[in-house]
Amino acid sequence: MKDFAYVSAQDVATAVRAIAEPGAKFLGGGTNLVDLMRQNIERPDTVIDITRLPLDRVEELPDGGVRIGALVRNSHLAAHRVIRTRYPMLAQAILTGASGQLRNMATVGGNVLQRTRCPYFADLAARCNKREPGAGCDAIGGFNRNAAIFGASDSCVATHPSDMCVALAALDATIELESVRGVRRLPLVGFHMLPGDSPQHETAIAADELITAIELPELPVAARSRYRKVRDRASYAFALVSVAAALEVRDGVITEARLALGGVAARPWRAHAAERALMGGPATEERFRLAADAELEGAVAQSQNAFKIELAGRAITATLRQLQVEGSAA
Amino acid sequence: MTYVGQPVDRLDGTAKVTGEARYSAEYPYPNMAYAALVHSTIARGRITRIDSATARKTPGVLAVITHENAPPMKPAPKMTPMDLSTLATGTTVNYLNTDEVHWNGQPIAVVVAETLEAAREAAHLVEVEYAEFPAVLDFAAEEGNATPQKNSLISEGGAKKGDPDAALAAAPFSLDLRYTTPGHNHNAIEPHSTTAFWDKDRLILHEGSQNIAWTQGHLAVRFDVPKENIRVISPFVGGAFGGKTMVWPGTVLTVLAAKVTGRPVRLMLTREGVNRTVGGRTPSIQRVAIGAEAGGSMTALIHTSITQNGKVGGGPEQVTSQTRHLYDAANLQVQQNLVELDTIANTVMRAPGESIGSFALEATVDELAYKLGMDPIELRARNEPARNPIDGKAFAHRMLLECYEVGAKEFGWGERSPEPGSMRDGKWLIGMGVASAYHPAWQFQANVTVRLSADGTVLVRCGFHEMGMGAATAQAQIAADALGVPLGAITVEYGDTALPTGPGAGGSGQTASIAASLITACEKLRRSVFSVARKTPGSPLRGRRFADVRAKDGGLYDGSRGESYQEILRRADRASIEAQVGSDTRLGEITGQVRFMSKFLMDRRRWVKAACGAQFCEVRVDSDTGEIRISRWLGVFDVGKVINAKTAASQLRGGIVMGIGMALAEETLVDPRNGRIMNAGLAEYHVPVHADIPSIDIRYLDDPDPTMPLGLLGIGEVGIVGVAGAIANAVYHATGKRVRDLPITLDKLL
Amino acid sequence: MVDVRMRVNGSIEKLDLEPRVSLLDALREHLGLTGTKKGCDQGACGACTVLVDGERISSCLALAVQYADRDITTIEGVEDPIQQSFVRHDGFQCGYCTSGQICSAIGMLAEHAAGAPSAVTGHLAAEQIDLTPEEIRERMSGNLCRCGAYNGIVAAIQESSR
Repeated sequence: MKDFAYVSAQDVATAVRAIAEPGAKFLGGGTNLVDLMRQNIERPDTVIDITRLPLDRVEELPDGGVRIGALVRNSHLAAHRVIRTRYPMLAQAILTGASGQLRNMATVGGNVLQRTRCPYFADLAARCNKREPGAGCDAIGGFNRNAAIFGASDSCVATHPSDMCVALAALDATIELESVRGVRRLPLVGFHMLPGDSPQHETAIAADELITAIELPELPVAARSRYRKVRDRASYAFALVSVAAALEVRDGVITEARLALGGVAARPWRAHAAERALMGGPATEERFRLAADAELEGAVAQSQNAFKIELAGRAITATLRQLQVEGSAA
Repeated sequence: MTYVGQPVDRLDGTAKVTGEARYSAEYPYPNMAYAALVHSTIARGRITRIDSATARKTPGVLAVITHENAPPMKPAPKMTPMDLSTLATGTTVNYLNTDEVHWNGQPIAVVVAETLEAAREAAHLVEVEYAEFPAVLDFAAEEGNATPQKNSLISEGGAKKGDPDAALAAAPFSLDLRYTTPGHNHNAIEPHSTTAFWDKDRLILHEGSQNIAWTQGHLAVRFDVPKENIRVISPFVGGAFGGKTMVWPGTVLTVLAAKVTGRPVRLMLTREGVNRTVGGRTPSIQRVAIGAEAGGSMTALIHTSITQNGKVGGGPEQVTSQTRHLYDAANLQVQQNLVELDTIANTVMRAPGESIGSFALEATVDELAYKLGMDPIELRARNEPARNPIDGKAFAHRMLLECYEVGAKEFGWGERSPEPGSMRDGKWLIGMGVASAYHPAWQFQANVTVRLSADGTVLVRCGFHEMGMGAATAQAQIAADALGVPLGAITVEYGDTALPTGPGAGGSGQTASIAASLITACEKLRRSVFSVARKTPGSPLRGRRFADVRAKDGGLYDGSRGESYQEILRRADRASIEAQVGSDTRLGEITGQVRFMSKFLMDRRRWVKAACGAQFCEVRVDSDTGEIRISRWLGVFDVGKVINAKTAASQLRGGIVMGIGMALAEETLVDPRNGRIMNAGLAEYHVPVHADIPSIDIRYLDDPDPTMPLGLLGIGEVGIVGVAGAIANAVYHATGKRVRDLPITLDKLL
Repeated sequence: MVDVRMRVNGSIEKLDLEPRVSLLDALREHLGLTGTKKGCDQGACGACTVLVDGERISSCLALAVQYADRDITTIEGVEDPIQQSFVRHDGFQCGYCTSGQICSAIGMLAEHAAGAPSAVTGHLAAEQIDLTPEEIRERMSGNLCRCGAYNGIVAAIQESSR
């Protein structure tokens, strides 16, 4: 890790002024950035510690939504009563990520901005277009068992590793960004970019912006939602495939559905095609599988991850089935 | 006996739960410097340019040592049976004394700095250019180039009985199957760590090691100093599993860095460094073929393997070991084959050979049972040999079927419905599987002293190793019983080459090896104490015969006549009395070596010694996603006499846990394009976590092996053997799918 | 260099550190508190777990400067019956992950007592969550033990949660 200047920002105005310096980087919980700095993949000249900013509250909004400060720790968000009761898929998603220790450190904003876990990104000896635009991609034709099946390109096949973001995508969350130029809001769906030929551009955030909050809309269907993560060990592992789903069924007919997938793309993958296929249909196993297939029609495998397409189909179907069963029991 | 067999708490327990136990990177020295390694990024070639100017200019950097400025070291010693420390060579590369690169990740420079941070930073700043040479990197692609392993004094590459090919062809029921297992890495949680300090030409080394004597001998050769000038201190080792047996580059280069800088130097390998500079378990390709009669009798059994060696080191893996011993096949052949790759040397890892070999063998036996429509335990019973199948030698001890009998009853094997996919609990498919565990028993030379002091305390000294087995606790229990003193009176000193030379911790042989010498030493001590007492005026033991005297209640007694050790020593005006077994003089060393070799060869002629066991597991497989969870485990073992019921069970459990990792997740991913390990970290190399491990029930028969000291058989390795096989068999029972390539990940079940 | 003041195991420590020094290295190399272990230095093993204001964190991914003025507890500052439970239940072998397991267990029990759910909690909205072996295993999964002492660790935690 190269040496750097350390600044602890006490308020947002100071933080966003400080980030204007070239080579400056915000530091939240450090669970991703410090790791990458130690590996010499991130090399900031100035680190702006934002963990003392007053952005650590979860507030219920008058319009029924919820505002989550960007520096709320992952564990605190997952344990928050409002999240557990009104948006259980979000609590579950967070709780399946990393470990208890890391969730106590990691911030909500940092979780959104975490970098891929592609092994070739993490190894400076490998070629990676994300680290070094134009260098090439060693994951193509290499170990890509956990690579993307949606939206990959010839220059990058990496996935976004967040669980939390998958739930946020399904919930239509909004990201609030602040810079010296002002405040703007972006939908989380679409915030993360697909690689195209510039995989170094990972999100819509500008270099001088700070994530200040995430907002969840009021969404009654989310009260009956689930996050299902499929991985290689029972805990403390990144997803092979994950599913965030919410389902409302009236008289056997699906009246509302939210579905997003993790571990399948450079962004949390909102499954619009599957949602369309579910809406108005019967809440049956066949329909769930049909919806999954509708989404997975566009999936493309790398050399080692064709299984993910089948796995995603099964995980979607199983999660919807479970929601349906729980719903009828309730 | 008072202590042997009891579930005694570990003597070092409090030190470990309070953070007081010091590991090898935790010894403070004034003026400490820190080292960091630079690793090659190609597999084979020459360094054409190495530019350390920028690295050198980094504030705090003391030295950047490369092949251009490193002082010469002697090459690694050639192996000779007359000096077993010559086995300690991790790789044959003379690090930093050559511009050649032999594997991807080889250390090519060492940075030494005032701080850890500066060393690590500067290591990133060393610029290297290479001329690359063609390299052999793809294990799977080398299958056609495998050559048979030659027999050596210690291990045999192959053996044959009868005409197995003909018998296989003629058998009414037969299977001929192919298996693969990937490379594994020990990944002990303590990264390999070294603290080295040269006091003129004397070296003090703190090194987590499974063999301090080998480390001492190896470094003496490399740095051209007498062995006596090197002291290796290693009281606590943060896990090893075979990975701290050999001397790997980090150790050598820390010693070199201390020499170059004249400072105490500490190097704790990064987790990546552990994976790049310490060998792991070889991958394997295996063939198991069995021919059988309708009644289950095996007429042919063939097990062959291919494993890899690094061109710069590593040894053959005894993949077919258990197949020589487990089934009474009329015709039998085992053959191990080797390929050589431009990768880091492979090395020993928990039950090298049997852990992966038993997977292939035991899965095939299970498959045969299904083919015959027979219970897999019954099939094993019908093929249980009375004598060692390959050569007809006697078994010293063999209670495998008893293990199955106890296990089947305790586990509820009878409640299993054999049809695959027939047991279900909601979305979970349930499967039950069994497999045999088998591991040869070893015994090495151990020098021990036992000193009784006038205050009644006893000091046992032996340079053995404590990587978590509870070795010192077990020896204290043995000494306490042998001398009839309370456990609290015993202190055991270990992990230091200043002590009498102990055995290496390997081959599950350490406890038995020390025990043999310790029992003899205690016997000698009792005799010495008695003869002192007998000659001391006023002693109640005067005129008594040694044969009638018992060591008990902290003294020597003939019936009720006798007295405490304190009294005996006080009366004789002795501060202490000491007994010794083995000697560390040059002559003593040679005598010891010869004695070990002759015992080894004589034992091998007379009988086959091994621990064995029956592994029972229950798995649950998610019918949607193929996720596998181990829901129940029972291991029943024949490990002879158990010294400590608590730590023995823990070790056997630990083997099973590592076996579960091997079965379900562990795999060292070597990119065949450049020989680089691509999961050199614990986030990517998946060892089991808490959530993967159910409650594991351990039973043992506790029947002493008559040919081993105290009747004990080693327990460090047998626990992992058969685990992957039992899981593969249970997965088949749950799903109807045979997975013959480890690890059994969910994608193989979709 | 930055002046960092923190309370470690109850005493105020003043350190002059480069900002890149991790909390783990500050404890081990600067304060000589080597009870906290480095296993991976990448947040993947849990051996470096310490308590900060009572919450467990991975100290390898924490820059020491970030934790100025906080209250740090390492294994050297732990005096808890759970330690002897670990000994009784043989919740370790080599001992290298043990400090982290114990600090993690103490933090985990506090999280549970405060009502925090886990990934295996069936009813997320429940006010009280039964600390079953399954719950303990999930909550402790951030602490690897390569010796495989997991059964003993779970038993020790169960004992001390009663």
